[in-house]
Amino acid sequence: MAKGKLLSTFTKGIVKENPVLRLVLGTCPTLAVTTMAENGLWMGMAATLVLLGSNVVISLTRKVIPDKVRIPAFITIIAGFVTLVQMLVKAYAPEVNDKLGIFLPLIVVNCIILARAEMFASKNKVLPSILDALGMGVGFTAALVLMGSIRELLGSGSLFGVPITSSFIDPMIVMILPAGGFFVFAILIVLANKLSGDGKKAVLGCAGCPSAAHCPNAQTGGCEEKKEGEQ
Amino acid sequence: MQMAITILISGILTDNFVLSKFLGICPFLGVSKKTNTAAGMSAAVIFVMLIATLVTYPVYAWLLVPNGLDYLQTIVFILVIAALVQLVEIALRKFLPPLYNSLGIYLPLITTNCAVLGVTILNFDNNYTYGEALLNAFGAGVGFLLAMILFAGVREKLEGCDIPESLKGLPITLIAASLVSISFLGFQGLAEGLFK
Repeated sequence: MAKGKLLSTFTKGIVKENPVLRLVLGTCPTLAVTTMAENGLWMGMAATLVLLGSNVVISLTRKVIPDKVRIPAFITIIAGFVTLVQMLVKAYAPEVNDKLGIFLPLIVVNCIILARAEMFASKNKVLPSILDALGMGVGFTAALVLMGSIRELLGSGSLFGVPITSSFIDPMIVMILPAGGFFVFAILIVLANKLSGDGKKAVLGCAGCPSAAHCPNAQTGGCEEKKEGEQ
Repeated sequence: MQMAITILISGILTDNFVLSKFLGICPFLGVSKKTNTAAGMSAAVIFVMLIATLVTYPVYAWLLVPNGLDYLQTIVFILVIAALVQLVEIALRKFLPPLYNSLGIYLPLITTNCAVLGVTILNFDNNYTYGEALLNAFGAGVGFLLAMILFAGVREKLEGCDIPESLKGLPITLIAASLVSISFLGFQGLAEGLFK
């Protein structure tokens, strides 16, 4: 693979195919942990670590795993790395474990990781897979930190725990509540749609669904369309 | 009894899985365009949550913990859930075709639904007994159903609205979700205050 192509494998995840704001993957952790910028950073780093490990192993074993059982095999590999990261976090950063809570083990069902395994690592060599994982991981982390910063600044008047506006502006508590999460996410997607410039809108489609590979409806236009045709 | 009511109310209203815990957002945004689709998906989720809890609880409490293997929780749970969903799909197709026709298409979607794995893990984080865990799974499922149906209703109303071009599609869906979520804030403190 040419050098330029390798570079674009890395950079596409950060802006053009940002997993959160363009591909709309991994919405659950995006909304849940971004009450503080710091949590977003930790979540992003944990997911990047898992993504890196699973992409490498899946890329290495892509010729060994039979096509029919690839999804269970991928899930097992991913779950292995999630357990590894969970143990590391519990041992070296127990306070992060408390902050991320249930969303640490739930990285296993994070759509980004299975989607990258399915769309990229199972079809490419190791080096591009590593770059893809790093690019997607950085993109995910950046989006989480951005969203966390906005919510923390508006909702608690601080940034990474440092008070900024809280002394002279009453914080809008709703921003750190679930409702604010949905709202900030909506605004960020509007901005990303505008700034991307290609006129394409971020949609929640079958590409983002981890079950797409073994879902009979994925080929026929997704969950909604199939249902309409049926009845 | 008091505990049971508290678990149910917090699962359905105050700690709603979708709107305050952010679990199961993908189906919440993806399968909520129509009320009947939303109801079908939610019924499948309740069903899978219950059997997932039914199976993972004994596996963890009686197999993994006594053998010092509790660190395998994540791997074992996701594999059990994946296998279970496959089994249920095959069994339903063979023995209960009418039920399969109404729930079947949602089943593959549920394997990787974080709400199902979430409920099985939360059962242990909260130190529930077997019975309480099952109640929690049921409450979480009903809470999912409630959120899905309410949200599908809101989205059906949105269809006919004049929405600014740049908000069309996903952004307006998220803003609608935000407003539905605000309405659930009203339930805060209900579970704790009920028996005071």
